[in-house]
Amino acid sequence: MDRASAIPAPPEKRRSGPAGLLKFVVRNRALYIMLLPGLAYLVIFKYIPLSGSVIAFQNFNIFKGIWHSEWVGFKWFEQFFTYPQLRRLLVNTLLISFYQLLFAFPAPILLALLLNELRSMVFKRTVQTIVYLPHFFSWTIVFGFTYMILSVQTGLLNNLIESLGFERINFLQKAEYFRSIIVGTGIWKETGWSAIIFLAALAGISPTLYEAAKIDGANRFQQLLHITLPGIMPTIVILLLLRIGNILDLGAEQIYMFLNELTYKTGDVLDTYTYRIGILGGQYSLTTAIGLFKSVVGFLLMVLANRLSKKITGEGLY
Amino acid sequence: MAIKRSLGEKIFDVFNVFVLTIVCLLVLIPVIHVIAGSFSSTQALIRNQVFLLPVDFNLDNYKLVVQNRTFWNTFKNSVLLVVVGTAVNMVMTLLTAYPLSKSYLRGRKFFILAFVFTMIFHAPLIPTYILIRNLGLLDTFWALVIPPAIGMFNLMLCITFFRSLPEELFEAARVDGMSEYRILWQIAVPISMPIIVTLLLFYSVNHWNSYFNALIYITDRKLYPLQLYLYHLLAEANAIDNYRGVTTVNLDTSPQGLQLATIVVATVPIVVVYPFLQKHFIKGAMLGSLKE
Repeated sequence: MDRASAIPAPPEKRRSGPAGLLKFVVRNRALYIMLLPGLAYLVIFKYIPLSGSVIAFQNFNIFKGIWHSEWVGFKWFEQFFTYPQLRRLLVNTLLISFYQLLFAFPAPILLALLLNELRSMVFKRTVQTIVYLPHFFSWTIVFGFTYMILSVQTGLLNNLIESLGFERINFLQKAEYFRSIIVGTGIWKETGWSAIIFLAALAGISPTLYEAAKIDGANRFQQLLHITLPGIMPTIVILLLLRIGNILDLGAEQIYMFLNELTYKTGDVLDTYTYRIGILGGQYSLTTAIGLFKSVVGFLLMVLANRLSKKITGEGLY
Repeated sequence: MAIKRSLGEKIFDVFNVFVLTIVCLLVLIPVIHVIAGSFSSTQALIRNQVFLLPVDFNLDNYKLVVQNRTFWNTFKNSVLLVVVGTAVNMVMTLLTAYPLSKSYLRGRKFFILAFVFTMIFHAPLIPTYILIRNLGLLDTFWALVIPPAIGMFNLMLCITFFRSLPEELFEAARVDGMSEYRILWQIAVPISMPIIVTLLLFYSVNHWNSYFNALIYITDRKLYPLQLYLYHLLAEANAIDNYRGVTTVNLDTSPQGLQLATIVVATVPIVVVYPFLQKHFIKGAMLGSLKE
């Protein structure tokens, strides 16, 4: 039965025309009043800054304000793409994102598959409890753990390296290790948590499929290949596309904690540079141009990802 | 139906348990090492004698933390931030999600689109910073509360959940003459506990854990939240480590024990609530995978 007709009279029949709309708003004014704080928040803290992005096309001076600063067109964007030091930011951002995609993205899928194959429920729950935990540690605390493992003076790993007869390595201050540390700590912190969504997808696969496969003589590996993987493929595709849509967003929260002057070469990314040069250095226009570039690329990738997702899995991201 | 396992399957099962045990150890070792270090003497830490058990067990590091005025001040700021910040988050999210969950609300699509758009087109950091500055919120407690008042993802979760509630229930209450506010607080909220607990958890953990917002908006040390204090403490440690690495001179006054104890104390609130909330946050994480 149609659900709408089961309801004893919907609150308001839709009437067309401005008079009908006005009547509807007045009748349901409680709902609109409830919405007001949220809308005010949305306009003030999201849309005003968004329109404030025009300073990317200005030589913005905080004392003159938006209305009186001079316009400079695409000057900052040109700088961004031509100055080698700025191009480095983009390269670092893309490389770290790429490594994350390559190593950190498959990790939770693998973990979920392994967890799903466990026979002992007690062991499974124990592993889950342990691997979900790091998600709730802050990046400062994760850095503390990392420091205790990698520090050149007291790090556990360095103690091991020394006991094997090698030189201690200053992991945290060497540019060549920076990206690996970022990807590695990201895996350590988030793999368990990210596995939840895949476990949910795995739980959604009908058990009858497995039973039918067993009767047909499929072994567990064949079941994995022909039932499990196709079963979670839509989830994988959607999350992958979502990740690609966020390729320029690396989370300053993590990277800024690990970054120091010695690792700028490989670790300085768009977000950390924006903080240092924009907020600390006062170069508002250049860093807004960088931010706007990030937003536009992110937006386009997201729209593209949504199209692809609809095509591949029949489901959109939004 | 018990099916006999082949040899290959048996080997796989053993291998699987082995791999997952290693994974658990990799997660736990850094945590246990830090806890062990926090209960060890400075001498033992400098000589690298600590692995998973405390050496020269003592509480000196914790005594230092307890006596540390700066630590307690930042701890207090963080607790206040979690309480007030999460309360603001909840009120704003529920108030916004409830009307937007009504399928008959005129303009609903437009409003939702306006919210979703900010999820896929982020406002750049600098104009946001300038706004906060112009509003006079810079270097105030509110700079950490108001700008993140609504988490867009959490809002969408909440709207989706409210939509699954039967409208008949609200209709009956309206017939009884209940106002829309009372319907929200006395009917919708009590039957929405799964999503409410999830949102409480997501928002409060976020407030407790983040330092970057505070790094941007707070320069007054008296207003530092705990994580920003930790940031400075650890960044300093890293710098000193580099200095020691270059000169190979051991500094006598190793603050390492203090750092470790501070880390442990900062983690305690989360570890304490973790077991109670695990059930809920898994539900919450799964809610995220459901779509309208």
